[in-house]
Amino acid sequence: MMESVYTVLSILLPFEWMDHVFMKNAFLAVLLVTPLFGLLSTMVVSNRMAFFSDSLGHGAFTGIAIGVLLGSVSPLLSLVIFSVLFSLVITYIKSKSSASTDTIIGVFSSTAIAVGLMIMSYGGGFNKFAAYMIGDLLSITPEDIIALCGVFIGVLVLWAVIFNRLLVLSINASFARSRGIPVLWIESCFAAALAVIVAVSIQWVGLLIINSLLVLPAAAARNITNDVKHYHLASVCTAMFSGFIGLILSYYFNMAAGATIVVLSAVIFFMTLLVKSYCVR
Amino acid sequence: MFKKILHHRAASAEDCAGLCCTKIEDFSVKIGRTDIFSHVNLHIHCGQLTAIIGPNGAGKSTLLRAILGEVSHTGTLHYVDAKGKHTGHPILGYVPQYLRFDVSSPTSVMDIFMACLSTRPVWLCSSKNMRSRVLKNLTRVKSEHLIDRRLGALSGGELQRVLLALALDPIPDLLLLDEPVSGVDQNGLELFYEIVADLRAKEDMAIILISHDLNLVARHADKVVLLNKKVIVSGTPQEVFSDERTREIFGMLAGVSTESGVKA
Repeated sequence: MMESVYTVLSILLPFEWMDHVFMKNAFLAVLLVTPLFGLLSTMVVSNRMAFFSDSLGHGAFTGIAIGVLLGSVSPLLSLVIFSVLFSLVITYIKSKSSASTDTIIGVFSSTAIAVGLMIMSYGGGFNKFAAYMIGDLLSITPEDIIALCGVFIGVLVLWAVIFNRLLVLSINASFARSRGIPVLWIESCFAAALAVIVAVSIQWVGLLIINSLLVLPAAAARNITNDVKHYHLASVCTAMFSGFIGLILSYYFNMAAGATIVVLSAVIFFMTLLVKSYCVR
Repeated sequence: MFKKILHHRAASAEDCAGLCCTKIEDFSVKIGRTDIFSHVNLHIHCGQLTAIIGPNGAGKSTLLRAILGEVSHTGTLHYVDAKGKHTGHPILGYVPQYLRFDVSSPTSVMDIFMACLSTRPVWLCSSKNMRSRVLKNLTRVKSEHLIDRRLGALSGGELQRVLLALALDPIPDLLLLDEPVSGVDQNGLELFYEIVADLRAKEDMAIILISHDLNLVARHADKVVLLNKKVIVSGTPQEVFSDERTREIFGMLAGVSTESGVKA
């Protein structure tokens, strides 16, 4: 099946960078993942969850370490499971505790990264994990692409189902509750979706910058839009545009793809900042 | 517009003979080891505006949040509608205190209405029917011109009117107003209360209002409840404002309000 997809890609995009299989995989990954980053980032920014999504990257770090430690299960699976659990625990404790959200996320985030480092550095074998820090395009396998297809459909369906309630929640939690919205449920679904998308992309985007992809597209889109539809459109376009251009640039200049994508998003953000006063009513 | 309201009045007058009521029985809320309030009993009739007054920290907002089911509480809430059926939980409308939210959020008034009223995802679908329904809702609070404005670009008074319009669809059995116009200018404040007074009369709705503005309470409320960890006094504005215990809690302020209360 992957073979036929590769052939179609070669016909549609007859460029030099498309000749390599790893670039085809990377292209497909970008095609599937960047729209999701664009969609989810809208509510990450609106719900002021930038710190939370940052901690998910740290949680994924421990997930990788545990996956390696267990050895038997596929690393991606253990990563996804751990990240989802991690995000759900934070969301739950955040809702039950009276301590400030910052503090709780800070505690979990630093614990996760410390545990991850402890396990990874055990026996002095840390170097083989360094790739997770900056991400590695070559690490995308055809199996990953198939998993990404599943994630893509799953997140789109979830987004169609929970978005309205999430939007109300982003305005005010008490107000959302008064309209019968199950706040904890909605928050948990959103957190789990974020965890999944971070987990499946962290290997090629890199731990250090994955959070930028969940913040920058929407941050840029907010500067130039006034309603939800345009907000989504601009956010998804920003994410996909920087994704593709970043991928191609990183190929020709031999740079880390994740970092290039993030820098491009940042450039778009600063450009939108300049035109903000013309666009926002 | 006027026709519509008159029509509505006819319909609701038929449904509700003024017999519907909400009974709050023995509500207590404890957070940690602190009693926020205890043994609160309230009886709220439709078409009545019940004002809850009390000093800061008296548990007023918590009481509303307990009614909303947002904080866990002991005690029960009974609702009986005009025909004596539909007992259970009333439909609640809630207008929160002046909302603090990110003013840069690209969400229009239309978006937030659609998010509240429809299951179709706002980012994907749009609907003409929905737009006319939202316009109708906004007309009720004299804000139809705001439909395409960004939430963050609304003034305090405009935002509270939009939130009121949201709380009114579906028409609630019990409308909860938590200091809805603190920090809103005089014009906005008067317009807001004008609309609320209208609603009480026309929709035969039970309203609970928390307010620190005792003059306003004296002017608009049918019943006043002084809350301070428990119900201290309740009754008509005159009764409550002339009560010794009210004077004790509010000091000189109560003296001023009694006068206007008697006048009203």
